[in-house]
Parts: sequence; structure tokens; C-alpha cells
Amino acid sequence: MGKKLLIHNDRVPGIHTLDVYRAHGGYASVEKALKSMTPDQVTEEVKKSGLRGRGGAGFPTGMKWSFLAKPEGVPRYLVCNADESEPGTFKDRYLMEKIPHALIEGMITSSYALGANQSYIYIRGEYFYVARILETAIAEAYAAGWLGKNILGTNYSLELSVQVGGGAYICGEETALLESLEGKRGNPRIKPPFPAVAGLWGCPTVVNNVETIAAVCPIVMMGGEEYAKIGVGKSTGTKLISASGHINKPGVYEIELGLPVEEFIYSEEYCGGIRNGKKMKAVVAGGSSVPILPTELILKTAKGEPRLMTYESLADGGFQTGTMLGSGGFIVMDEDTSIVKNLFTFTRFYHHESCGQCSPCREGTGWMEKILKKILDGKGTLADVDLLWDIQSKIEGKTICPLGEAAAWPVAAALRHFKHEFEAYVKNPSSIKDVKHYYRLNNLVEA
Amino acid sequence: MPKVTIDGIEIEVPKGTTILQAARMIGPEVAPPTMCYYSKLKTSGGYCRTCIVKVTKGSAQNPNPMPKPVASCRTEVMDGMEVQNVTSPEILEARKGVVEFLLINHPLDCPVCDQAGECSLQDLGYEHGAAKTRYEFKRREFERIDIGKYVQLHMTRCILCYRCVKTAEQITDNRVHGVIHRGDAGEISTYIEKAIDNEFSGNVIDVCPVGALTDKTFRFKQRVWFTKPVEAHRKCTTKSATGQTCSGKVRLWYKGEDILRVTARKDQWGEVEEFICNDCRFEHKKTSDWTIEGPSPVNRHSVISQNHYNHLNELKVEVMKHQKALGFININKRP
Ligand SMILES: Cc1cc2nc3c(=O)[nH]c(=O)nc-3n(C[C@H](O)[C@H](O)[C@H](O)COP(=O)(O)O)c2cc1C
Ligand code: SF4
Ligand code: SF4
Ligand code: FES
Repeated sequence: MGKKLLIHNDRVPGIHTLDVYRAHGGYASVEKALKSMTPDQVTEEVKKSGLRGRGGAGFPTGMKWSFLAKPEGVPRYLVCNADESEPGTFKDRYLMEKIPHALIEGMITSSYALGANQSYIYIRGEYFYVARILETAIAEAYAAGWLGKNILGTNYSLELSVQVGGGAYICGEETALLESLEGKRGNPRIKPPFPAVAGLWGCPTVVNNVETIAAVCPIVMMGGEEYAKIGVGKSTGTKLISASGHINKPGVYEIELGLPVEEFIYSEEYCGGIRNGKKMKAVVAGGSSVPILPTELILKTAKGEPRLMTYESLADGGFQTGTMLGSGGFIVMDEDTSIVKNLFTFTRFYHHESCGQCSPCREGTGWMEKILKKILDGKGTLADVDLLWDIQSKIEGKTICPLGEAAAWPVAAALRHFKHEFEAYVKNPSSIKDVKHYYRLNNLVEA
Repeated sequence: MPKVTIDGIEIEVPKGTTILQAARMIGPEVAPPTMCYYSKLKTSGGYCRTCIVKVTKGSAQNPNPMPKPVASCRTEVMDGMEVQNVTSPEILEARKGVVEFLLINHPLDCPVCDQAGECSLQDLGYEHGAAKTRYEFKRREFERIDIGKYVQLHMTRCILCYRCVKTAEQITDNRVHGVIHRGDAGEISTYIEKAIDNEFSGNVIDVCPVGALTDKTFRFKQRVWFTKPVEAHRKCTTKSATGQTCSGKVRLWYKGEDILRVTARKDQWGEVEEFICNDCRFEHKKTSDWTIEGPSPVNRHSVISQNHYNHLNELKVEVMKHQKALGFININKRP
């Protein structure tokens, strides 16, 4: 059994209440940090831990914290990104729903480290019931003195608020999130300035993912060095993986980074293999925006080494033969899956979620969707397949925020590894009728 | 002062200058085209991605290239920075992509559009676009909307450059104008009706790079290339709620003896020099209202500008005829 630091208590009855959470060692990191450590010492432990952002980009958290500008007399903010909208990703929801106090504890300890006296949890609109769970837990924490003025009798005070978004994927992009939090339209900002310098209401701000913030508690308790011993190389600690698709046991798993991908998919402890005795065809390893990989390349790198669940190993080979750990949204597809149909679904999503500020993403995503629909309608041509490639290449790297890339990468990867499937549909349209889940397609878009 | 090299030409510029501004200082040969940036409007730019360039060297301290193309209008120069625009085939290809994206949902019916002849998108398409469209699906369409007495909005032509939004924000009072909906369903909102009830609202017509916002007092009266622009001024003291005073410096567009429309004056880059009030723009169309300064130095780098057709003999004759008829020569031609 791998070590679990975040959701080891998820099955304890009543763990969502303060009393049970506390009885299982909860809020110890707040006590330790506030009573025996300076804010900089907490940041130092996070740096030593090697913790990397769990929201998708994997940026070292300690480094991000140390970039925070600290001008005199200007408030600083910590904002928790609980927008979790990347298709295939549902780990933050699980954590917040089951153990809301783990996030609140992390928010207090992290806010203390950053010198923030007002912090926010920005949660997607569809998680309204989770927002209620959080609000109940926050009220409990206020009542018990974990939040509010002079926490634990120290001179540190913290207000914590939950803000529910309207349910837009783009509001997970940190600067769009801040716009939305300020009550404006959720359009990504043009950077620089970065949030660390001018974030919420123009003040220095750190935006971190739910899981990143929750991981600060065990780091403070066990010490950064001890935490860094878990994992492999620069991928330290544990990671929540949202496993979905054609596996026997979909769900949220906490793994030690470094677990072989093969073991994760096939062992009884985790996904339990492919359901119905089918063969695996492909995996999207880190949420819908990361490149899809065929079975051979997800289990082993191009060099023939076993692929591990780490930032580095999954990225081995670049985009030619590798992918990304991303948000940990692990989507497994069996041999019956249509890659084209799957790509259509993803592309439709990105088209729908583009904020529309920059022309390549606003126009290109819809165009790709229409072409994919055309192919699935049996009217595609070989030129359309080439056109798809050309369009994605003209979006990638040319937009304000990474949603452009998120839309382009899946198209590029599907064409890179499964071009034959597109060509087969184009050459033999009658084969498309066998595509599973095709039945609702016509209700979805009008070309 | 930081030094930056653009397409092999070095220039020293004040700190805080953007790549685009630096390129414009060098001259039109290296200045990237722009569709959303507007020097007179704060925080404009960054949206259309037309002005993208490649930064092959970040700065003297950090000689690494930037990982991806940047919007030159929103990226400040650093000392020792090296930039490629027209010398990078990759950038020209990417720009062609941007032009294509801007056009896929734009009607290709310039002959019936009032903006033709002074449309930035038309010029951009001509200079940087492909000859044929690869888009074969239905294009976005909207009904025309009258917004106030003077302005008509035809969203079908809008490229969502946000210029009119920034205008409403910055030179008119209490902005009730913005973009509603998301992505390619985005729309300049009809709340603009309220923003338009304002002494400076007519400027949205001038800042709009395409035919999405047009002057109802001029619409379809005349093709712009048949009118003759003249610089003029009058004493005007109209103040906007944001403290701006109307300069009273305008451009009159004549057909024969009649003033068909009044606009603000535009500079070499097609940007308004000084904003004007609605009173000057819509209510003073008699020669006796104005002190005439002389013919306008018009920047006719556009598609209908004669020189683009010079190589076509039969057109050349036509063009020369018009040139004579118009009685002015073009200066400030952009490549
Ligand atoms: C389109 C888009 C959507 C995103 N959605 C999320 C999200 O739902 N949750 C999240 O934590 N990060 C999301 N991110 C990443 C955030 O911008 C940001 O990098 C992250 O919250 C930083 O936290 P971390 O360093 O703890 O990972 C998204 C990024 C983009 C470009
Ligand atoms: S890349 Fe897409 S989502 Fe991001 S700012 Fe541009 S249009 Fe908006
Ligand atoms: S109406 Fe004109 S100025 Fe306004 S966003 Fe559209 S194209 Fe730009
Ligand atoms: S002009 Fe720079 S992005 Fe539009």
C-alpha cells in the first residue's frame, strides 16, 4: 500500500465535522505553524518539500510563494482554485466533499505563511452543494476559533470566504478567476503583471489548487525534507488521481508519485484493469487537454522504460511520444473507443468554453469542432484531416491564456497517434455507424 | 534607455515602450499590423493577435528566446531584446492564420459594406491573408441594431477587438457597454444604447476597424473613395464626463460642395488623433460651420488604394483617372 497523506481518513464516519476531524489529528499544522514557526519558516518547509502545483502546470509551490511581492501596507491574498472543470478531473471535489476541514486547515496554514489576512475559496457553480459543505465547515472553524481574530491567541487573524462561480471552465485560469472573484466577466488577463505582483484588486496574490493547499498540512507536520522522500526525483509526495473511463474501478486514488502507470491501471489496489476483459487502446493521463497516448506509449516510454506516474516520466519524449501529468485526470479508453468521437467531445468542450478574447481560440476551436462533426457525419475528406492539423498549429502558442493550447494539444495528439482512424472514417464513411455513443451527436451541434 | 533590435534594425527607446511602439518608431516597414491595439485607449490590445512577433532574445540579462510568439502591442521591450517580424517566415505564417481566423466568421461581401475602402480588416486580408477561404460552414449572423440616433451596429461584421468597449469605458461616462456571452457567441451588448446617449459616443464609429459600427447619417450615401477629405476646425468646448474636451479638429468628407460626413482625424496608423464630440460630428455639415485648413494627408494604404493595382494595366488607367478626379496625391503609404 502506498502512503496516503490527504485522503487517508476519507472513510471515517463524520470526518466532515470539526470534532471528528480534530480527533484524527486535524488542525495540528495550524497549531504547529502559528505557535512555533515564523511565516518564512513555513514557506521554507514548502520549498524543501518540492511540492508542485496540483492544478495542472506543476509549478513549484514554494517558489511561487517566494515570488509574492510584499510591499508595505498592501494586503496580500491567498485564493484557492476550486474551479475544477478540466474534463476527467474530480479529485478536488472528492477532497472537499469528504474532508472539507483538510482544505480549511491548509488555507489557514498557507495564509499564515503568505501573510494573508483575507483568503478565498473560488469554487465552480456546479459544485454548489460542495460550497455548502465548505460553508458549514468554515462556520464550525470560526466558532471554534480556528478562523477570525487572533487565532489560537496569537496576533494572526484570518477571514476565509467561499465564492461560487457561474460555472465557466475559463474561470479556472487563475487571472480569469481573479476577474470573476472581483465581480467582473471572467476573461483571462494579459500577463504580465502576474498575480504575485498584481492579483486580486491589484494586490499581490497567490492562486493555488485545492490539493496543493491541502498538501501543505502534512508538509508542515512531517517537515519538507521528510515529504520530499516520498516520490521520485522532482516529483515528490502524493498525488490524487481521478481515474475514469473503461476501467473496473473508477474513482479518486491517492498515489505516491513514481508508481508505474501499468501498476496503476492493472493492479487491484487501483483501477483494477480494463472492464469487460477488453484491451486498452489509449489513455489521456492528465485531464482532457494533455496529449492522448496509445497503449504502447503510455505503459512504456519511447526508450522502452516503464512509464511512471511522475511529472518527468509522463513528459518523457516531449509531445512526440510523451504527455503530461497535468491535473491527474486519468481517462482510460478501451479498444472499442472511437478516438475521433472522443476528440470531437473534447473539442466541443473547448469551443464552448473559450472566452472569446483572442481570435485564434475564439474562431479556431469552433472551426475544428465543425470539421470533426463533418467527419463523423461521414462527409469528411482527407483535406479536412490536414486542415485540422493546420488549424491547431495556428492556435497553439498564439493566445492570451493556455486554453488555446488546451484545445490544440488534444487535436494534435490524436492526429499524431491515430491519424489512420480519421483517414479510415473519411475513406469508408459507412464504418462510422459502428461508432459507439454516436447517437446523440446530431442534437449537439448544427454545423 | 533600453535598446531593442527589430528585424535587424536597432533602436533606443524610453523604458516602458512596447515592441509595437518601438517598431513604429523605426517605421512602417517593420511595424506589425494591428487590429485591436489603439494608442489612444488604455489597456487596448492583446486580443486579436495580429501583431504577434517572435522574440529571439529576451534581453541582455536573459538571452533566451521567449517560448512562444508574443503580442507586440502588449509586450514591453527589454534592453538587448531581439525581435523578428517580417524577417520570420514563421511569424508571417502565424499572422496569415490570424487573418484567416478573423475572416472565417466575417461576411465576405465588402461590395455592400459601408466600411469598404477604409476597413482595416480588408487591408489586413489583402496584405497578409490567403487568396481563398478554407472555411465552408455557415457564418455567424446577427440582425442590425440601431443604437441611438446616429450609430448602427451590425455584429455580423464585428471582430471583437474591444476597442469600442474601451472607448465607452474611457471617454464616455458611466459605461453600460460591453461584451455579453462567451467565445464565438460573444456580442457587443446592446447596452451600448445607453452608452451612446453621450456627447462623445460617436467616436466608437471611428475606432471600429471594420463595418460593425457605422455612421447612420452617412451610411450608403457614398463610397468613401469617391469623397474628398479636408482638414477643418471650429471652436468647440464640449466636455466629456471624463473631463476630455472636444478639440474641434476634424476631417470633412466632401462630395462636390456637400459635406457628407465628419470624422476625427486619423494618423499614419489609422488611429484617431483627438476624439471629437457628437455635436461636431453629426450636427455641423455645412461648410460655413468650419474653418478649412486644406486637403487631408490621407493614408491610402488600403485595398482600394490605387498603387496596389498598379501592376494591372487596365485598372491602372481607371486609377489614374480617379486620382486626377480626386485631386490629391497619397502620402504616408504603408507597405
Ligand atoms: C483554461 C484553464 C483552466 C484551468 N482550470 C483550473 C482548475 O480548474 N483548477 C486549478 O486548480 N487550476 C486550473 N488551471 C490552472 C490555474 O491557472 C493555475 O495555474 C493553478 O490554479 C495554480 O495552482 P497550483 O500551482 O497549485 O497548481 C487552469 C488553467 C487554465 C489555462
Ligand atoms: S486562449 Fe481562449 S480562453 Fe484564453 S483568453 Fe484567448 S480566447 Fe480566451
Ligand atoms: S463593434 Fe467594432 S470596435 Fe466594437 S468590438 Fe466589434 S469590431 Fe471592435
Ligand atoms: S493589435 Fe496586438 S493583439 Fe491585436
